[in-house]
Amino acid sequence: MRTLRFLLQKEFRQIFRDPSILRIIFVMPMIQLLILPWAADYEVKDIQLSVVDHDHSGYSRQLISKITASGYFQLQSYDNSFSNALHNIEKDKSDLILEIPVSFEKDLVKENGSTLFMAIDAINGVKANLGGAYLRSIIQDYNKEVRLKWVQFPRFNPEKNIEIASSNWFNPLMNYKYFMVPGILVLLVTMVGSFLASLNIVKEKEIGTIEQINVTPVKKYQFILGKLIPFWVLGLIVLSIGMLIARLAYGIIPVGSLFTIYAFAGVYLLAVLGLGLLISTFTSNQQQAMLISFFMMMIFILLGGLYTSIDSMPAWARAITRINPVSYFIDVMRMVVLKGSSLSDIRYHLFTVFGFAVFLNTWAVISYKKRS
Amino acid sequence: MNQFISFVRKEFYHIFRDKRTLFILLGMPIVQITIFGFALTNEVKNSKIAILDNSKDAATISITNQIEASRYFDVYKNLRSNNDIESSFKEGKVKLAIVFPQHFNEDLQHFNKAQVQLVADASDPNVANTLTNYASAIIIDYQNRINNEAKLPYTINTEMRMLYNPQLKGAYNFVPGVMAMVLMLVCTLMTAITVVREKEIGTMEILLASPIQPLKIITAKAVPYLLLSMVNIASILLLSVFVLDVPINGNLFLLIFESILFTLTCLAFGLLISASTDSQQVAMFISLTGMFLPTIMLSGFMFPIENMPLPLRIISNIVPAKWYYLIVKDVMIKGVGIGEIWKETLILAGMMLFLLTLAIKKFKIRLA
Repeated sequence: MRTLRFLLQKEFRQIFRDPSILRIIFVMPMIQLLILPWAADYEVKDIQLSVVDHDHSGYSRQLISKITASGYFQLQSYDNSFSNALHNIEKDKSDLILEIPVSFEKDLVKENGSTLFMAIDAINGVKANLGGAYLRSIIQDYNKEVRLKWVQFPRFNPEKNIEIASSNWFNPLMNYKYFMVPGILVLLVTMVGSFLASLNIVKEKEIGTIEQINVTPVKKYQFILGKLIPFWVLGLIVLSIGMLIARLAYGIIPVGSLFTIYAFAGVYLLAVLGLGLLISTFTSNQQQAMLISFFMMMIFILLGGLYTSIDSMPAWARAITRINPVSYFIDVMRMVVLKGSSLSDIRYHLFTVFGFAVFLNTWAVISYKKRS
Repeated sequence: MNQFISFVRKEFYHIFRDKRTLFILLGMPIVQITIFGFALTNEVKNSKIAILDNSKDAATISITNQIEASRYFDVYKNLRSNNDIESSFKEGKVKLAIVFPQHFNEDLQHFNKAQVQLVADASDPNVANTLTNYASAIIIDYQNRINNEAKLPYTINTEMRMLYNPQLKGAYNFVPGVMAMVLMLVCTLMTAITVVREKEIGTMEILLASPIQPLKIITAKAVPYLLLSMVNIASILLLSVFVLDVPINGNLFLLIFESILFTLTCLAFGLLISASTDSQQVAMFISLTGMFLPTIMLSGFMFPIENMPLPLRIISNIVPAKWYYLIVKDVMIKGVGIGEIWKETLILAGMMLFLLTLAIKKFKIRLA
C-alpha cells in the first residue's frame, strides 16, 4: 500500500509538472465542447436554389415567392437556360435547379395539369433527398391554393382522412446540441483515458526510465495501478469540466441522476484505461502507440453512433459496435442526460462494460513484462 | 545530391523497419474507406419502433403490416398501455411509438375521420424527424388507397432528377473526405512527429552537427511521407472505383496533381509544427486539434458548412482540407476541368507556400 502511495505521488507530480499535459486536459474539453456542437448540425436548411423560369407568368412568380418565403430555400440565381443553372451547380454555388416550362400557367389552367422539372446536386444524398421533399411539399401546397381558386369543394369532406398527430419527446425543440454534447463528452473522456495513459507508459519505455522502475521491487500490479489511478481521476475531472461547460454554455442539465453518470463513467474509464495499457504493452515508442490508439479510437468513435445511427449500419458493423465500449457510453450518456434513464435501465450496458474492464485489464497485467 | 539521397534512404529505413506503424499507415485508408463506404450512412433504416394498438381492427392491422414491411422500420414490440411508451424509450431501443386510439376503423368509416398519434424519441432530432416523416408517408399512402385516388383537377406534377449520384449513395460524399483525412494524417502528423522524435531522443543534435544542410535534413524527412501518401491515394482511388462503384468522372492527372498539392500543404504544416515544438506529445496534440479536428469538422464532408454559425464559416476558409475536398468532389464526381477549380487550386497553392516559408523560417539550426 505504501509503495502504491509513493508511485501515485510520483505520477501526479509528473502530470502536474508537465504544462502541455495540463493544457491538453483542460483546454481540449473547452475547445471541443464549445466548437464541435456548433458545427455538428445536420438540419437541412438554406438550400441554394437556381430558378429557370421560361414562363414569366403570374403563377410562376407566385410559386417562386412562396418557395423563397418558406425559409428552407435561398434564391441564388435566375438563369435563362438550364445549362447556365447547371453551371452554377458545377461551381458549387447552388444545390437545386427548378425549371418552370413555357406556358406553365396556361397548361395548368387549360390542360388541367403541368409539369415542373427539378434537378438536384445529389453528391450529398441525404441533403438532396430532403431538399427535394421540401420543394415538393411546397409545390403541393401551392397546388392546393390554385385548386381552391378554381374548384368549389363541397362543405363536408367526402374523402376519408387520417389525421396524424406527432409529438417529440425528450427534446421537443429538436435541438441538435442536446444530442451532440453528451456524445462529445464521451469522446473527451475516452481520449484522456486511452491516449494519455498509453502515451505515458510508452514514454517511460522510450526515454528509458521504465528500466529504473523494473529494477525496483515494485510489483506489476502496483506499477499498473499507479498508472491507472491518476488517469482515472483525470478522466473524471475532464468529465466534470465537460458537464459544467455543457450546463453553462448549452443549458444541458441531466434529467437522470449524476450518480448514474459517474458510476458508469467510473467503470467505463477502467475499460478504456485497460485498453490504453494494453496498447502500451504492445508498442515500443510513442509514435506507434499514438498511431495505434488513434486508429482504434477512430474506428470506435465512427462506429460508436456519435454521428450516425447504429441501427442503419449493416450487420457486420453492428456486430463490431457490440464489442465497442464507446458505443455503450454514448448510448448511456444520451439515455441518462436526455431521458432520465435509471441505473436499472442501463444495467445491461453497465455489466457489459464492466466485463470489458476486467478482460482488458487482466490481459494488460499479464502481458506487461518487467524483463525486456 | 548524393548526401540527400542517402538521407532519404535513412528515413525509409526508419519507416520500413517499424512494421506496426507501416501497417497502420497503409491499412488506415482501406479501413476508413470500408467504414465510411459501407457502415456510415445518414440514412435511417431498420429503426426499432413500438406499436400501441388500442383498436386492433382491419385498418390498424393493415397499416401495421405496411409499416412492418418497409425497410425503415422494425416493429420491436407491441405495447399495452400509454405508460409503456416512456419506459420503452428509457430502455433506449425504441425510437418511435405509433398509437392507434380505440375505434380507429369505425371512426374512419363512419365519420371519415380518424386520428393516429406518432410519438418520437427526439433525443436524436434527425432520426426522430425522419422516422415521423416516413411513418406519415406510409399512413397517407394507406389513406389514399382507401380513397381510390380520384384524379384531381389542376395538378402540378413534379419531375425530379438527382444529378451525379442518382442512387443517393453516401460514398460519393465520403470518399473525397476520407482522402483529405488520410493525407492529412499521414503527412502532417507523421512528419511532425518524426522530426520532433529526433529532437526528443537527442539524435537531432548529431544530424545538425553533420555537414549536410539543415534544410536538406528536413526535406529528406518529408519525401518518404510524400511517397507513402501517393500509395494511399492510389489505394483509396482503386477501392472507391472497384469496391464502392464511385466513378472518377474527371481527369485522373488533374486529380493526382491536386492531391500532390494538398499533400505538400500538409507536409509544410507538419514541418511547421515540428519546428515549433520539442515534445512528441505536444506535436501530436497540435496536429490533432490544429489539423485533424478542423479537417473533420470544418471541411464540409461530415457536417454541412452552410449550417454553421458565421464565425465557424469564416474559420472554415483557412482549413486547407475544405478546399481540397471541394476540388476532389468537383473533379472526381462532377467531372469538371481546371477551369472551374482554378480558384480553389490557387488558394491551396498559396497556403502551401505560406506554410512552407513559415516552417523554414522557424526552423532553428541550433538547439536550445
